[in-house]
Amino acid sequence: MSATPVLALRGVSKRFGAVQALTDVELEVHAGEVVALVGDNGAGKSTLVKTIAGVHPIDEGVIEWNGSAVAVNKPHDAQNLGIATVYQDLALCDNIDVVGNLFLGREIKRRGVLDEVEMERRARELLDTLSIRIPSVRIPIASLSGGQRQVVAIARSMLGEPRLVILDEPTAALGVEQTAQVLDLVERLRERGHAVILISHNMADVKAVADKVAVLRLGRNNGVFDVRTTSQEEIISAITGATENAVTRRAARTNAEAQK
Amino acid sequence: MSIEKSPVSVGKTDTANTTGKAHAPVDAPAAAGDATVAIDPRLLVREQGFAGYIGEFKRKMRAGDLGATPVVIGLIVICAIFQSLNSAFLGAENLNNIFVAMVATGMMSVGIIFVLLLGEIDLSVGSVSGVSAAITAVLSVTHGVNEWLAVLAALAAGAVIGALHGFFFARIGAPAFAVTLAGLLFWNGFMLQVLGSNGTINIDGEGVVGKLTTYYFSDIAAAYGLAVVAVAGYFLSAFLGNRRREAAGIPSRPLSEIVLRTALLAIAAFAVAIMFNQYKGLPLAVLLFAIVLVATDFLLRRTSYGRKILALGGSVEASRRAGINVTAVRISVFAIAGLFASVGGLFWASKIAAANQSAGAGDLLMNVIAAAVIGGTSLFGGRGRTWNALLGVLVITSIQYGLALQGIATPIQYMITGGVLLATVVIDSVTRKTQKSAGRA
Ligand SMILES: Nc1ncnc2c1ncn2[C@@H]1O[C@H](COP(=O)(O)OP(=O)(O)OP(=O)(O)O)[C@@H](O)[C@H]1O
Ligand SMILES: [Mg+2]
Repeated sequence: MSATPVLALRGVSKRFGAVQALTDVELEVHAGEVVALVGDNGAGKSTLVKTIAGVHPIDEGVIEWNGSAVAVNKPHDAQNLGIATVYQDLALCDNIDVVGNLFLGREIKRRGVLDEVEMERRARELLDTLSIRIPSVRIPIASLSGGQRQVVAIARSMLGEPRLVILDEPTAALGVEQTAQVLDLVERLRERGHAVILISHNMADVKAVADKVAVLRLGRNNGVFDVRTTSQEEIISAITGATENAVTRRAARTNAEAQK
Repeated sequence: MSIEKSPVSVGKTDTANTTGKAHAPVDAPAAAGDATVAIDPRLLVREQGFAGYIGEFKRKMRAGDLGATPVVIGLIVICAIFQSLNSAFLGAENLNNIFVAMVATGMMSVGIIFVLLLGEIDLSVGSVSGVSAAITAVLSVTHGVNEWLAVLAALAAGAVIGALHGFFFARIGAPAFAVTLAGLLFWNGFMLQVLGSNGTINIDGEGVVGKLTTYYFSDIAAAYGLAVVAVAGYFLSAFLGNRRREAAGIPSRPLSEIVLRTALLAIAAFAVAIMFNQYKGLPLAVLLFAIVLVATDFLLRRTSYGRKILALGGSVEASRRAGINVTAVRISVFAIAGLFASVGGLFWASKIAAANQSAGAGDLLMNVIAAAVIGGTSLFGGRGRTWNALLGVLVITSIQYGLALQGIATPIQYMITGGVLLATVVIDSVTRKTQKSAGRA
């Protein structure tokens, strides 16, 4: 693992009107490393992702890319650095077909004209490697199921060799097999030396693929854990902010019932 | 005890098991193993060949993906009715007049389709067209400026006015409806001011603007030549495109489908060419309109700029996150609408051989929007082609001329055009519902 992180956030803060969504957040991601970002609903995970992706510019703090401070003020800046993002709300255009959405904003051109043939060929290739089943790559996104859309959004982030891939709850709408494929994909990205930030509420997924778990609570850091040496209970108590919480209470209850 | 709540823990077998919970459900190994791309049996795979084409057409119809079918049927019905009332309707002279008269509205409709694709509206195009006519007339007639320069100034003014509206909408964030409503009033006043007290300025019928609607390529080779170029161009681009698709190993259309489409186009193109040649030949106005339609269709469907416009009509936020400069695209689209408004204004001035105070007023704006919508452009954004302007404006102008032939007065014309527009939006809304239930909205 390289010494300088690909991406480092130093004291990042973000406010939405009266809501202080992020306060002094620190985060480091190295090449070939999968960092899971976890936290309760409304903890600020998606907001953090959007600041990195340039959707919501940060109010305070520094974003470092390969050790030097960079300004990420619009999505284009992040794309130019090599950051690819799968948003929780997917951000696809319903009226445009699958191929068009995959290449939106970076169309392949041939003598200045859209090269639909090449885009369709590459789209099929990509979707095949991800073993995705879609009725046709030429139907509008509106005709796809939620999970199929999610897969299209993930495929979109894989185009163009990104250095850092951010996945905001990529498996939330996916079936068993597709989830496994996305997790495989995350591992493949790591093997190829990409940095990955994975947001998930599913502890099993996090444990399965992540190297580090960064916990966010009420918009602040609440610890970074090594997945191999940390138990799930520790992570969950960091997420909820207490060792005694709804999850442990429920577990105790089910355990007690099981023992009866 | 365990906190694993997920019914099936998925992921890689080895890593998932490091959680070490004995009673945690073990993940299904089937997940990754035989996951080669099996074809989903439910997929609607199109049959090869011509049967497949017909099958797909039927399926599209049932799914509410009507495309241009309702307008074409409507147009045929309109022609049949007027022809039965008066046999002069389908005569060469009347048809020729319809084709030349529709160009002014049609050009403006092309511009408004760009705005409708964003899901916005531009109410100022009528007034802007009047400004363009007034600028040209005042510069060239009153001040003796070279007419070409005057035309260029008018076109530039249209684009700048449009960009200004775009600026207030895209940069300041004012609703396009309100900004262009203000524009409608402001530019109408501006035109009256420019025209001055005398009100009407007659333009030189032999000048640049004058000839826009009065010049005909009287050599019959012109109309036939254009038809041949159109048909051959269509066939070649479809055929060569298909060859590339085959070479790349992606689905392509059957040759029979291309031949059928080309044949239909050829019938239409040559019928129109024969009609022109029975009168005075190919009108310059129609040639220019055809060039504009081909060029704008290319711009919208084959360039990344056009893709950006469609994307904005689908989802502004998704476009922004894809790195599209939303503000710039929006401003440029309003500039295009302004440019085509002033082009339309020149054709209008040419038709009445004057720039006058009523230019751009009356039912012009409504006809421009109605033509776009009747032609099949969605008012909700993201769906439409500039060819819609041709179909829509043909319908509207045919109704106007048909009723005029019957000596039916303007009030009835308005009511009928209104009825057709209502029928169109009803069809549009109903098909949207069908499309929703067929998962295609
Ligand atoms: N555009 C916005 N305007 C105002 N407030 C916002 C905006 N986006 C997020 N917030 C607020 O910021 C906080 C963090 O939201 P965020 O979406 O980052 O949570 P999250 O951790 O992703 O939650 P979840 O797990 O539910 O996706 C919330 O209190 C939310 O209300
Ligand atoms: Mg979120």
